[in-house]
Amino acid sequence: MALRMWASSTANALKISCASKAHLSPAFSLSRCFSTVLDGLKYAESHEWVKHEGAVATIGITDHAQDHLGEVVFVELPEAGGSVTKGKGFGAVESVKATSDINSPISGEVVEVNSKLTETPGLINSSPYEDGWMIKVKPSSPSELESLMGPKEYTKFCEEEDAAH
Amino acid sequence: MRGSLWQLGQSITRRLAQTDKKAVTRRYFASEADLKKTVLYDFHVAHGGKMVPFAGWSMPIQYKDSIMESTINCRENGSLFDVSHMCGLSLKGKDSVPFLEKLVIADVAGLAPGTGTLTVFTNEKGGAIDDSVITKVKDDHLYIVVNAGCRDKDLAHIEEHMKAFKAKGGDVSWHIHDERSLLALQGPLAAPVLQHLTKDDLSKLYFGEFRILDINGSICFLTRTGYTGEDGFEISVPSENAVDLAKAILEKSEGKVRLTGLGARDSLRLEAGLCLYGNDMEQHTTPVEAGLTWAIGKRRRADGGFLGAEVILKQLAEGPPVRRVGFISSGPPPRSHSEIQDEKGNNIGEITSGGFSPCLKKNIAMGYVKSGQHKVGTKHKILVRGKAYEGVITKMPFVPTKYYKPS
Repeated sequence: MALRMWASSTANALKISCASKAHLSPAFSLSRCFSTVLDGLKYAESHEWVKHEGAVATIGITDHAQDHLGEVVFVELPEAGGSVTKGKGFGAVESVKATSDINSPISGEVVEVNSKLTETPGLINSSPYEDGWMIKVKPSSPSELESLMGPKEYTKFCEEEDAAH
Repeated sequence: MRGSLWQLGQSITRRLAQTDKKAVTRRYFASEADLKKTVLYDFHVAHGGKMVPFAGWSMPIQYKDSIMESTINCRENGSLFDVSHMCGLSLKGKDSVPFLEKLVIADVAGLAPGTGTLTVFTNEKGGAIDDSVITKVKDDHLYIVVNAGCRDKDLAHIEEHMKAFKAKGGDVSWHIHDERSLLALQGPLAAPVLQHLTKDDLSKLYFGEFRILDINGSICFLTRTGYTGEDGFEISVPSENAVDLAKAILEKSEGKVRLTGLGARDSLRLEAGLCLYGNDMEQHTTPVEAGLTWAIGKRRRADGGFLGAEVILKQLAEGPPVRRVGFISSGPPPRSHSEIQDEKGNNIGEITSGGFSPCLKKNIAMGYVKSGQHKVGTKHKILVRGKAYEGVITKMPFVPTKYYKPS
């Protein structure tokens, strides 16, 4: 997720303390902003998560990301059947305070998009890892998943990113 | 709030996209140490303020409440903003009025003592150097508040003209109120809460009026004005009393007036259809184009006598080439620099501010379109990330203003 309006240094200042809302058991809790990071998911430096199950990988933005963005008011998603490329934008999330590009953590074909987000973009805030998922992708090079961070690494990454500002 | 909220983020992002991220972080971080702090800085941090760089100051973008919550609470209850980054100054001397009239479009001479107005400082081409609220305290004392982001250029501009004016024997001098802090108290609870802290009868002080009075034990400059569209006040308080006053206001409101940051301030002013200098008004924008013709005093329209008057008076007679308009749009919220097209796809202008309205729950924006394309109800296209969405020209303010005026 590339914050277009509020670059990471600025966005860092937007950190909101909010208790974790995920229903799944959190693996780690960021000490400073209490964002939830889940076990079993892979994470990109641009704050998207991937959950790889069988032939399909589900993609969304992390609790940390939604926390920085604030209330999401609009989500722009690609169409099913299109393709996404690792590190390239596939959509955008608009919040009251910022516009953010969403990058795909992996390459592949989009097999499904979460159409509920059109009517209820706030699902990204209330349930970033479940109801707020964005797209499902059939990975074209599953090995790309190896290069992503695990939950421990991502937690550390967020802490370092916050501390750097 | 002034300087440019969205542009700030955009310029940083542009740099991030172009250069090594770490190098940018270091450079950015170094400048952060140079940021100025208002006397309320520690107070903001203690109340959960998320501090961001803004026009050379470290200011709260929001506190614990979200921007959506803060915006709505301002209209339902009230908001307290620290706007001490803005620059207050007084012009004194018997020729203060004719001096200021050379620089602004307002009929300063026609203002009754104790009243003020929004005005524009113009350049030789009729463009806006800044927008500003000016008050005639007395015939020989004018009080002016200019944007933080424009402080240096405004002061240089005023100083240059003041030197020339004094050289010709004019009696005017200035005092920059760096010894004071500025709080904005806005919303329906502003007056009842502030009334607890002063013996003066605030029901007799109407929109645009000014008074010097005792508030919470210190001598304040009180202007019934604001930047939200709500009833409210801007309170210039001696800096040593600013934190106490902020605490007293919050306490007297029993928690209903909330500290509010620049984020909600931007949403509020956009809903109220008010310009943000640097976004909606720039050096090349005339007051006529910006829809501020009403602020050009009647006498000034006839006589001119301010910088760029020829250009402005000509626009008044012939109509301006472009006009500021409001939009309500579908799709993602338009942001500044989104292109505006007519139905056929021809470029007719650009959005200068836009976002999601927390109160209306839809996208609102303002921008400039060619004259003739500016009629309320006209449907245009607004381009966001290459896709065209419908935008309908809508009368501003988007949310009705609630200024306290004599009935």
